[in-house]
Amino acid sequence: MGDIAGTQAAVSQAFQLEWGRIVAHVIRVTGDWDLAEECAQDAFTRALELWPRDGVPTSPAAWLKTTARNRAIDRLRRTAAGAAKLQEVAMTSATHDAVDQGPSGIGDDRLRLMFTCCHPALPVEAQVALTLRTLAGLTTNEIARAFLVPTETMAKRLVRAKHKIRDAGIPYRVPPADHLPERTGAVLGVLFALFNEGYSASAGADLVRTGLCDEAIRLTRLLAGLMPDAAEASGLLALMVLHNARRDGRVDAAGELVILEEQDRSRWDLAAIREGCDILDAALRLGHPGPYQVQAAIAACHACAPTPDATDWAQIAELYGRLSQMVPTAVVALNRAVAIAMAEGPAAGLRLVEQLEEGGDLADYHLLPATRADLLRRLGQKEQAEVAYRRALALAPTEAERRFLRRRLSEASAAPQTSG
Amino acid sequence: MRYALLICQDENTVFSPEERSVRLAAFNAFTGGMDARGILLSGFRLQPTSAATTVKVRDGGVVIADGPFAETKEQIAGFYLVECKDLDEAIEVAANIPSALNGTIEVRPVWET
Repeated sequence: MGDIAGTQAAVSQAFQLEWGRIVAHVIRVTGDWDLAEECAQDAFTRALELWPRDGVPTSPAAWLKTTARNRAIDRLRRTAAGAAKLQEVAMTSATHDAVDQGPSGIGDDRLRLMFTCCHPALPVEAQVALTLRTLAGLTTNEIARAFLVPTETMAKRLVRAKHKIRDAGIPYRVPPADHLPERTGAVLGVLFALFNEGYSASAGADLVRTGLCDEAIRLTRLLAGLMPDAAEASGLLALMVLHNARRDGRVDAAGELVILEEQDRSRWDLAAIREGCDILDAALRLGHPGPYQVQAAIAACHACAPTPDATDWAQIAELYGRLSQMVPTAVVALNRAVAIAMAEGPAAGLRLVEQLEEGGDLADYHLLPATRADLLRRLGQKEQAEVAYRRALALAPTEAERRFLRRRLSEASAAPQTSG
Repeated sequence: MRYALLICQDENTVFSPEERSVRLAAFNAFTGGMDARGILLSGFRLQPTSAATTVKVRDGGVVIADGPFAETKEQIAGFYLVECKDLDEAIEVAANIPSALNGTIEVRPVWET
């Protein structure tokens, strides 16, 4: 039992697996979010002290949960207000451990916590931060770094959110069936925002930022596991897993963004692609299609093509058509135009791009002129392509994207004019 | 918990006689339903802000002015005080106030001591 490194590994593994469950459980028993976090922290500190001496318990999860809960109850009992609170919570919610293991999973404390963190009465950035703090166990400092804000700002955001939950009476529960679809949508939106935040972080960026992808996948896996009938939860999981499988191919050795066509496909994670496709197939079999499943299907088309030329663009164009019926936004329409250009030729895509330009919804979106430029380049209309690249360059929000567009612009300028 | 449901809307909206009677019926149905559920504690419709007076005491003197607290397009046109088990129930009640269709309802928990 004297293996200190082994014990520490056991504690940190338990932290990864159990933090959210413990916090969720103590919140249900005490109704106190700060106390739950503190006592969960205490339990892990105790584990670090006691496990090297006594050995790792048979069930680390049960040991940690009991330790945290007893500590919380102990601290509450010491004050009259705390004792009253315990009584009140006991009256208003079922505190039996049995609900923790309900077969449907719908009674799971972590699910309650997830829905409460993502309650639409909280500002979105607070929903994301609260989910990372209470469910994933990231410290305030780590979350602040991940979102590029000062620690103090993030601490205030978390405190304000927890106060609102308490003061406004946001219930700690999984919403009833009639509100479940829309509220599940809100939770999925938060998880996807979390993933995208990590995905858009460049390779050189803080590891905590890129780690957000893994956290988002972990939490979505948990949600999809707890709600096996929610096809869109599995659809989102498939989408994240498929995107993440290509993560290493997105940047080159110099840290530059590499577009899909030019990525080294041997750097893609084939096992993850297979897993993503399996999750998607299982989701589709439930027969409740939705935008995440369609996006995952599009990601699967890309991920399963061994070479760029082997990409099934006709299928992708068809899927974007379906997506634009579900989510009729200009960005989706632009992606559809790109797919149609690949499937039917640049002229067909350009017609759709021109329709979008007339619509005016994407006037400030750099990818609209960038797409136009790319299609014109492929049509051999060099001068018009250059004009569009310059326009895109002026609108591009990040340096990496500007570098990419400048490269394209110089290539276009150098290429011979093939037609008027 | 008790919540104040503050009805905020553009008080210059003009309703036709038909619209007015439809709204009246809708409000009666709403308050009837809330009463039956036992969650409605009280509620009032307020006169327009043209009838409002603001009062404050500064340097020992009462300062009186014509008009509402803030000159905004939407004004508080009335409020309900309800007893709900949590915010979700208060949101559901707020969404059923007929004014939610044209105005906005602010749900504010009452400071309980």
